[in-house]
Amino acid sequence: MTGMSLPITTQDSNLKQGGSAAQTPRMLIPHKYAWTAPFLLAAALLLAIVASLCVGAYPMTPFHAARVLLHLLWPFGHGLAQFNLKEITVMKIIRPPRVLLAALAGMGLGISGTALQGMMRNPLVGPDIVGVTSGAAFGGVVAITLDLPPAGIIVLAFVGGLLAMACTFGLAKLAHGGNNSMILILAGVFIGALFLALVGLVEFYGNVFRIRDWIIGSFVNADWTKVASIAIPTLFGGAVLMALRWRMNLLSLGDMDAKQLGVNVSVLRWTVIAVVSLIVSAQVAVSGIVAWVGLVIPHCARMLVGPDHRRLLPTAGLMGALFVLGLDDLTRSIVHGGLPVGSLTAIVGTPTVCFLLWKSQGKGWGRE
Amino acid sequence: MTEAIIADPARSRPKAGSPWTTAYGWAIPLLLGVCVLLAMLVSLCIGAYPMSFAQAARIVLHLAWPGPLPENPPWTVRELVVVQVVRLPRVLLATLAGLGLGISGTALQGMMRNPLVGPDIVGVSSGAAFGGVLAMLFDFSPAGVIALAFCGGMLAIFCTFTLARLAHASSSSMILVLSGIFISGLFVALIDLVKRLANDAQFPTMAFWLLGSFVGADPRKVAMIAIPTLGGGAVLMMMRWRLNLLSLGDLDAQSLGMNAGFVRWTILALVSLIVASQVAVSGVIGWIGLVVPHCARMLVGPDHRRLLPVSGLLGALLMLALDDITRALIRAEIPSGVMTALIGTPVVCFLFWKAQGKGWGRE
Amino acid sequence: MSNTVIEFNNLGHAYRPGEWVFQNYSAAIQQGSIFALLGPNGCGKTTLLKVLLGALKPSTGSVVMDGRSAFVPQLFQVTFDYSVLDMVLMGRARQVGLFSQPSVEDEEAAMASLDRFGIAHFARHPFHELSGGERQLVIFARALVSDAEILILDEPTSALDLKNQIVVLDWITRLSHQDGLTILFTTHHPHHALAVADNALLMLGGSNLVSGKAGDVLSEENLRALYGVDLKLLAFEHKGHSHETLVPVLPYASRARQQAR
Repeated sequence: MTGMSLPITTQDSNLKQGGSAAQTPRMLIPHKYAWTAPFLLAAALLLAIVASLCVGAYPMTPFHAARVLLHLLWPFGHGLAQFNLKEITVMKIIRPPRVLLAALAGMGLGISGTALQGMMRNPLVGPDIVGVTSGAAFGGVVAITLDLPPAGIIVLAFVGGLLAMACTFGLAKLAHGGNNSMILILAGVFIGALFLALVGLVEFYGNVFRIRDWIIGSFVNADWTKVASIAIPTLFGGAVLMALRWRMNLLSLGDMDAKQLGVNVSVLRWTVIAVVSLIVSAQVAVSGIVAWVGLVIPHCARMLVGPDHRRLLPTAGLMGALFVLGLDDLTRSIVHGGLPVGSLTAIVGTPTVCFLLWKSQGKGWGRE
Repeated sequence: MTEAIIADPARSRPKAGSPWTTAYGWAIPLLLGVCVLLAMLVSLCIGAYPMSFAQAARIVLHLAWPGPLPENPPWTVRELVVVQVVRLPRVLLATLAGLGLGISGTALQGMMRNPLVGPDIVGVSSGAAFGGVLAMLFDFSPAGVIALAFCGGMLAIFCTFTLARLAHASSSSMILVLSGIFISGLFVALIDLVKRLANDAQFPTMAFWLLGSFVGADPRKVAMIAIPTLGGGAVLMMMRWRLNLLSLGDLDAQSLGMNAGFVRWTILALVSLIVASQVAVSGVIGWIGLVVPHCARMLVGPDHRRLLPVSGLLGALLMLALDDITRALIRAEIPSGVMTALIGTPVVCFLFWKAQGKGWGRE
Repeated sequence: MSNTVIEFNNLGHAYRPGEWVFQNYSAAIQQGSIFALLGPNGCGKTTLLKVLLGALKPSTGSVVMDGRSAFVPQLFQVTFDYSVLDMVLMGRARQVGLFSQPSVEDEEAAMASLDRFGIAHFARHPFHELSGGERQLVIFARALVSDAEILILDEPTSALDLKNQIVVLDWITRLSHQDGLTILFTTHHPHHALAVADNALLMLGGSNLVSGKAGDVLSEENLRALYGVDLKLLAFEHKGHSHETLVPVLPYASRARQQAR
């Protein structure tokens, strides 16, 4: 009797296997080589950072910039004489903070977007949709109106972001829809709208121009203080999320299942929420709202390496860094600063999201 | 015995409607209509310049039937100006905006079978706001601002529909909502960009206009909002029973012999028209279109034949009251958009809480 | 001899005060036994499971669950399209430290578990592409790899075709006999309960329940009281083994057929 059931299963499996062999692979990279993606991307990011240092508004050929850079990195070869002081200043003081800022912002957004989507079991959420971005913006705007120092801006942005996220979650919970995509998205939209209305109010009564220049995502005026204030939360929070990346798989199964497997769901969830709020608030505090990155990048990364968060999280972080860095280079070199990065990400990001929506034909989007 | 259990009549019998939804159902719209008229009169008396109710009523009567001017008018010229030029357009504007938002919110919720969506969710508000700020950037006249805002709203709704169509959303309201969120995200970013490009003189105007307010109402604005709102509202009112059918779901409606696709797109187009005209004249005012249909549903039940007029009137009443509060009680110009957000959020929280377990928001 | 692993006393739950889903439920489940939970739709089977699992707090009474449990929901769906191996690997959550990733040993344990169910060749397939029966086996494999001692299944056969129903039921018996797992499952098919369960509990609504040995509890009278339809208990011999099963009697169709003949 016991021996009988196995052949049944096997027969069933063989039939199924024949059927699924014809199916197209889900990832762009074959499963076997998927682990190489993060390494390749890391190498690409390093290259991109170096390349970004060589482009910009200052009239200098990239080749010349590379020579200056080489000299700064390895100051023994040639004399200083062949470069003028302006070029040295550009390469030493102006460009590196900006490049690092862009890369860190992108990395933080990519990682936190992936973590949010995994935690909420919903490929449609992102920091902007759950309201954390608007909340952080509100906190930052209040801090600016009160003339707080940069650290104060980050703290208030963090408080605002966390508050907004807790509101969104609380609201979805009120409707017993913590697992329901539609309810969660709608809750996020409402909370986001509320905080944006408050931003509008503060903007109107406060220092309009200063707030306006701050709120639109941009890496202009980057300096080392800003780099430090985004690097510490992003790298620290990113490390925590990276350590938890396999737990994210478990969390994405749903509360009940994860609990049965021995996961402390609520602690894990609130940890992720707090870390994501921290990262996003730091990014908003130093560079304003950079939209869509946190929603779009995880999708692209998932196409590349599949849904396993162990690979997905580093890949999404690196891709986010590459994406934002690339767009910032675009504004610096081609558009010459006329277009803030925050607008550019929205202009590039929306068609991408639309394309994803069209390509999926609604399949798997927000369905439970 | 077995058959009796399988079709247990006690289980499947629908709950009898409350007296409010049946016997006096038709009285409520009438009552509300009277309330709105009274509220408009009262609103004319409220404001920085003091005026008695009787005085305002006399002036309005005179304005409504402009017979020969009495030899010794019981009002001063100043009072006449305040009512005719300052307050009347503003009151009309607020009433019409509330009316339009209430009707279009109800129509959208019925059509999408989701009581948690509102007109701002399909992206039309952001699109209209973008058009408006763009016009301000190029220093257009007020009429130009309105026209461009209108175009922006229609463009946004067109984008949303096209995207939803591409993603085969004919049967899924989820996809439509998502498309709306994406498109309005894009337009919000574009608004920010325009704000950035604006010069120091233009920017504060834009910021205030975006917050939504009825300041600066004039007859032209009233005409701008009255024609689309009353026209579109009338068509929606004619289709209000179709909304009942549509709220059953496309498949069901189709099997009952209705061209669901056509009705759906018609309603969406009308809603866009109404909301775009509202945003064009008074900036972005959220929440009303979401909250009012719920209150109306509590009052008269889910039948759209009664629900649609009631929520329109209720919306008008609420908008008028909010505007009066900002004008009279607070005396500071808090933009109406902010007021509605502040009052609307707790209501929305309550609605979410009430929605629990009722299958709302499910596909 | 065997010791009790699940025990609940005077258990009651009400979503709103006064509206009892069930009340005064008591039962004990022995280690290594198979326990079936039966009742019509809406009688609170899933609620009872949730209370047992600790997902809902009981309004009255207490639950003692002695051992690690694994839950298999009725329809297993995941938002992200994980591979089968990734799914099974998640069973190791208790063994893998909070801030660490699963090791090679964990992967080997997962593969071994998949192999046991004869589905190791699916390891790299997306979970979504499997059929309902195969998914159920993957979840079994995950339960085994998590070193669960108690397996709780919500209608494990309801969405399956006939062959897969048999495969799953057979595996339920094997896991209990060979691995000593305690298994609790809900079902809409009394003949499934009769075929595999040692003990059964019929939820008659309110505080009424019948529980005991499956053979005793699943009688024609009890089932008529439970479902309000007639069922016939049949005993037969097949290849030297004696079997019992339950067959429903259709009230109208059987009469109509009789007349047609």
